[in-house]
Amino acid sequence: MTQQEDTLGGAATRPPADNGAFLQVRELRVHFPTDDGVVRSVDDLSFSVARGKTLGIVGESGSGKSVTSLSIMGLHKKGTAKITGEILLDGQNLVGMAPDRVRQLRGKRMAMIFQDPLSAMHPFYTVGSQIIEAYRIHNKVTKAVARKHAIDLLDRVGIPNPKSRVDDYPHQFSGGMRQRAMIAMALSCDPDLLIADEPTTALDVTVQAQILDLIRDLQAEFNSAVVIITHDLGVVAELADDIMVMYAGRAVEYSSAADIFNSPQHPYTWGLLGSMPRLDRERTERLQPIKGTPPSLINVPEGCPFNPRCAYAGTNGDLSFTVRPEFRDVGGGHHIACHLEAQDRQRIWETEIRPKL
Amino acid sequence: MSTKTETAAADRRLGEDLLVATDLQKHFPIRRGLLQRQVGAVQAVDGLTFSVKRGETLSLVGESGCGKTTTGRLLTRLIEPTGGKITLDGRDITHLSAGAMRPLRRDIQMIFQDPYGSLNPRHTVGAIIGAPFRLQKVKTEHGVKRAVQELLELVGLSPEHYNRYPHEFSGGQRQRIGIARTLALRPKVIVADEPVSALDVSIQAQVVNLMEDLQNEFDLTYVIIAHDLSVVRHVSDRVAVMYLGKIMELADRTSLYERPMHPYTVALLSAVPIPDTARRDNRERIRLSGDVPSPINPPSGCRFHTRCWKAQEVCKTTEPPLAELAPGHQAACHFPENTTKLTIDPTGSAA
Repeated sequence: MTQQEDTLGGAATRPPADNGAFLQVRELRVHFPTDDGVVRSVDDLSFSVARGKTLGIVGESGSGKSVTSLSIMGLHKKGTAKITGEILLDGQNLVGMAPDRVRQLRGKRMAMIFQDPLSAMHPFYTVGSQIIEAYRIHNKVTKAVARKHAIDLLDRVGIPNPKSRVDDYPHQFSGGMRQRAMIAMALSCDPDLLIADEPTTALDVTVQAQILDLIRDLQAEFNSAVVIITHDLGVVAELADDIMVMYAGRAVEYSSAADIFNSPQHPYTWGLLGSMPRLDRERTERLQPIKGTPPSLINVPEGCPFNPRCAYAGTNGDLSFTVRPEFRDVGGGHHIACHLEAQDRQRIWETEIRPKL
Repeated sequence: MSTKTETAAADRRLGEDLLVATDLQKHFPIRRGLLQRQVGAVQAVDGLTFSVKRGETLSLVGESGCGKTTTGRLLTRLIEPTGGKITLDGRDITHLSAGAMRPLRRDIQMIFQDPYGSLNPRHTVGAIIGAPFRLQKVKTEHGVKRAVQELLELVGLSPEHYNRYPHEFSGGQRQRIGIARTLALRPKVIVADEPVSALDVSIQAQVVNLMEDLQNEFDLTYVIIAHDLSVVRHVSDRVAVMYLGKIMELADRTSLYERPMHPYTVALLSAVPIPDTARRDNRERIRLSGDVPSPINPPSGCRFHTRCWKAQEVCKTTEPPLAELAPGHQAACHFPENTTKLTIDPTGSAA
């Protein structure tokens, strides 16, 4: 372990990446200067997603997961956010790219499904016209062709009677239908990268299952790279190949989905798993919550950002309180940012955490 | 759930029906035209019969639009029922006026879903939690301030928070403030409408544990309205599954989750995402197609027949009654699952 006081910007953080990946994010930082101080929403984040693969980003509110997705899409307002690092989409760096060029990519190469379809769709235009507009910006086709394309897409995402529903307004759709319509809109130009920010949070569980199935089927069909952002570990377990757990704007754990659920290494991930009541296990008498609340992103705690809430802070001297843990590979591509020694982690997981889940 | 009771009297009364709804209905009229003639009604709640026993937790689950929130508001008499009857501790409260209801509000309180919308941003925490004392003109031993500070400690906040405003708190802390307000008058029943759904996972667990502790300490009876089936299994003694204003299945926790009888319950449970990657590929999932039909024109017969994979002709014409198919396990279905008997169990008592 390096005794570097400040691992920010150090070479210690290596992106868990292969260089051929379609989307590569390297040392991304998104800071918002405010009157109260700089909000470090995303700090030194690296990840990559290949075509045909799904990355799940998990975290609580304020962990920076949505800010990350908006940065990739280039949707932060100019001047409000200070973005540094690299976001490589098929080799092109999006950070610092002219807004006009990003706009040409947005919708065509990368598209986003938002959490709340009612506020993400314009209430004044019909669902069809919104899909047609997106399609015609990137493809020189007549309105009639675009309209037929919109109807095909609505049919593809499972909207019954698409020929007449294409002329409906968003408010005439139910929540699940609206989410389907938004997926249709996102897919209108066959994007290579699809970012879904809490795509099912506002939906009922039966509709959620339908939407997750739909995203999975469409990904298989279009071979796109998918980033799914959620707070629900159940949802990522259904969809993701890899999972990144975020806390206070940083990645704390990154590994294959199976590893995250079968042998998680970071105390925060343990905490998340212990907080969730689970239908597939015997009912436990008590849930094991994480104490305290997430930190303010203006005053991120010294040392490990998770130390005020971590039951194991201080196990390894006072490293937790003074040194930022580096985000490193602990074997087999499993990355964590934690000061605990490998044998301590293993012992705690085997003896204290796993039996209680 | 093991509940410690302080007196033998309370012990005897534990398990008796505290809150009873009989054939409860709420239809919201739809009015159109110049004369505001009623052209239809949203049948939000249509004939619910259930009881809540003293000291237990009953949960109402279902998809949005199934009438669970309306039921909560009916039970607390925030809205007027269209039909049926509600009794609280033996007293008929179905059509009590606001004035007559007021003294009873000490006994039945509500926790709201949205910790941001349910606290007045211009009042201090002290004023918010102290309001029940003032409104009910309850004298406290050491003054209202002291009582409020004790409540704050009880829900895991600091007494120094007395003079702060809601915006200074996080979502989880706000929900604690709401709970403290609910507890101020030591109610018998608390109706909690989605108490944790707006909170983060780690905070959710804190609030769930707090509610359990408070239940044990004050012998509270909970009616919890929720859509998260995992949370519901964790907190409930009995669970009622609702669909389009009707109860589809009502059973104790173990039998409902282990031997669900109604196809709708089976579908709901199979749709819950399980945080286990190993089970991703070999899981058998029942896909319900389409959305919940409109409660303005609910389907004939069994309301679930339009989405049910077991539906037959009889389901379209005859509405199945909510019948006790196993001891303590009621389901409204012509073709229930997980039961060998297709008719009402002759040995079981009539529902």
